[in-house]
Amino acid sequence: MPQRAFLATEPLIRWGWIWDHLDEIRIQTVEHFILTGIAVGIGFAIAMGLSIVALRFRRTYGPVTWVTGVLYTIPSLALFAFLVPYTGLSRLTAEIGLVSYTLLILVRNIVAGIDSVSPAVREAAVGMGYSRTRLFLEIELPLALPVIAAGLRIATVTVVGLVTVTSIIGQGGLGLFILDGLRRDFYTPLIVGSVLSVVLAVVMDLTLAGLERLLSPWSRAGVAR
Amino acid sequence: MDFLVDVLAWFTDSANWQGSAGIPSRTLEHIRLSAFATMVAAGLAVPLGVLLGHSGRGGLIAVSVVNIGRAIPSFAVIALALPFSIRAGLGIGFWPTFLALVLLALPPIFTNSFTAVRSVGIDVVEAARGMGMREREVLLGIELPLAAPLILTGIRVAAVQVVATATLGALVGWGGLGRYIIDGFSVQDNVRVFAGALLVAALAILTDVLFSVAERILAARGGLHGHRLPARMERPA
Amino acid sequence: MSEASIRLDHVSKWYPGASTPAVEDLTMEMPAGQVTALVGPSGCGKTTILKMINRIIEPTSGRIEVGGRDIQELHPHALRRGIGYVIQQVGLFPHRTVAENIATVPKLLGWDRRRTRKRVDELVEMVGLESEMYDRYPAELSGGQQQRVGVARALAADPPVLLMDEPFAAVDPIVRVHLQDELRSLQAQLQKTIVFVTHDIDEAIKLGDQVAILDVGGALRQYASPEEVLRGPANAFVKEFLGKERGLRRLSLIAVRDVPLENGPTVSSDAGPAEAREVMEREGVNWVAIVRNEELQGWVWESELEPGRKMGDLAARPFLVRVTADNTLRQALDAIVTSHNQVAVVYDGDRYAGMLTLNRISENLVP
Repeated sequence: MPQRAFLATEPLIRWGWIWDHLDEIRIQTVEHFILTGIAVGIGFAIAMGLSIVALRFRRTYGPVTWVTGVLYTIPSLALFAFLVPYTGLSRLTAEIGLVSYTLLILVRNIVAGIDSVSPAVREAAVGMGYSRTRLFLEIELPLALPVIAAGLRIATVTVVGLVTVTSIIGQGGLGLFILDGLRRDFYTPLIVGSVLSVVLAVVMDLTLAGLERLLSPWSRAGVAR
Repeated sequence: MDFLVDVLAWFTDSANWQGSAGIPSRTLEHIRLSAFATMVAAGLAVPLGVLLGHSGRGGLIAVSVVNIGRAIPSFAVIALALPFSIRAGLGIGFWPTFLALVLLALPPIFTNSFTAVRSVGIDVVEAARGMGMREREVLLGIELPLAAPLILTGIRVAAVQVVATATLGALVGWGGLGRYIIDGFSVQDNVRVFAGALLVAALAILTDVLFSVAERILAARGGLHGHRLPARMERPA
Repeated sequence: MSEASIRLDHVSKWYPGASTPAVEDLTMEMPAGQVTALVGPSGCGKTTILKMINRIIEPTSGRIEVGGRDIQELHPHALRRGIGYVIQQVGLFPHRTVAENIATVPKLLGWDRRRTRKRVDELVEMVGLESEMYDRYPAELSGGQQQRVGVARALAADPPVLLMDEPFAAVDPIVRVHLQDELRSLQAQLQKTIVFVTHDIDEAIKLGDQVAILDVGGALRQYASPEEVLRGPANAFVKEFLGKERGLRRLSLIAVRDVPLENGPTVSSDAGPAEAREVMEREGVNWVAIVRNEELQGWVWESELEPGRKMGDLAARPFLVRVTADNTLRQALDAIVTSHNQVAVVYDGDRYAGMLTLNRISENLVP
């Protein structure tokens, strides 16, 4: 890589550039959001499947955690690099990689959430005649919501960060600005890309938190006596 | 299948094992910087976390630090470190990478150290105080040994993250194993990219495993287990 | 009244890997419309027996019939939707309101909204909850209120059978007495077939129409009405389990109003000291109670009698402890033992009804 230096005289932010590129910024922010949403959505679906299996057959929890753990430990760039020869420099590559990162945290939180449901509640429900499926859907899942939501929030914020790396394999998102800034020794897009990633992460996190509160009015009820 | 044969060929090519661009050289470079950055971060964050945890204050800070840290992409941290490093006269390559890695390693180590000391059962601490131990003795003799495994967990998490993020150092002019991946991308040498990825992945997993073993040994000697305590503060790179 | 009795026929339960059975070859019948209390020390299998009735635990061998039908014929879910189940920790669904909790089984059975709503209204009133509770969440309720909701929830689909597993053990003693009393009045109204597991012999005696005393392994040591068990414990185990206060416990089964009262040493307020002395000698005591217009003024010692003064003019001591017609003989005994003059003064509402002495009370125990 050619040696270049950021000019010391270059201002940190050239507002003119931002103004000229508002459209591009908007497009990439949306793209970033979409990439994140798809990854977390698919990741959640897969994690739910894995969790149901792990909850039903406890012995599988160890292996599942081990595999998803390895996927999590592998550096993101390396994971994308493994996929590129097979799925090319495509959105699919990016999504497969991103989804792999969400699995560990989501499986852990889904299982922990379900496990946190009080045994008395479970026993009462079974004793009243709840079938396994309805018990899971109507009782266990809603009560596991806080823990599952926590996992979703962490996964989402993490993925927002990782999507920046996908710019290296040719995908869109705010990482493009960061990369651009690096390559052209230009601060402005670098800072814009970075700041907006953080903002996007925070906004998505708060939205999920708000959604969780909406869906669980009982957790805000006061305690008696 | 052919592709993987090519990758194997790359590994068996002796040319790739020599010189400053060779596997041993780059691997060592990667390990050295990662270890250095992790140690510096630990040197800063462990005492801070332990002292704050011992005093019992600052719980909100501990949680917030991790949440904020998680929201800032590692890529952004490294990228942003570059202009600051240049302006500070430190140039490209080593310094921005080092600075970024230390920054990234601080949150998990700090929060885990804090939580670890805080989680030492209040009854144990009070018993110690009741026996007449001074604050310093309580901290060093009771809290620290019990907190050690969880502190080590924090360092492990940070170390893995550092090894992973160091791959991106190649983008700011540094070397390390990320070089294979980044250079490989720019000349479209998929074999090199894949090989580099294998090396980095292996190193990350190895780091994780080594630290896990160390944790288990420490925990076996009596101490708090990582899995029993609230959410481990982790993030990938 | 519920027509469903419960029959256990040579029922056994062996847990895998255990050397002794949790329940061994138990045969008993729990009559329809009555409360059968299962009581015994830990390990006697009382909870296991209860849970085999709704198949939460499957019997290893033997046959159980509810309302004449073998419980194995029904799918477990269907069986349980027809049996009310109340557990110690209640297990209210935290994410559902009181009304939604109570409506659980009707919803599972597919009742329409109006019918469900009407039923929930009925039950909320029946168990003594206020209608403001409707939309509250369980976390906002006290322990006693939660258990009331638990009972309402169990009764929602009007099941003929109710299984209760130490339902009042987790609340404080004062609330527990209220809940027990409320269950009794509820049962007087509904007459369900109730199986009630408890480790507390007093609770079993208070609530049970039938009491089954169980030993380890589900061995039935005695199965009879509370009076019979107390009057005639069948063997050493039962005797020891009942403890040394059997007589007192029997007294708690008899209400004061069921026992003929005495007048006791009473004298009218218009009477003079001579008449008072006569009464005292007749009754064999050294004090006398003064009555004016059917109202009890109080009592005086013999030494306090003054010649020439009417009884009504003397400074009489009030009777500090009174007993009502609804109280038990045991409570009357408590009053006797704590009074100066060794009698229990009985009131029916505000009206003075008579007195009870130690003799009169023990007449009920010793035939």
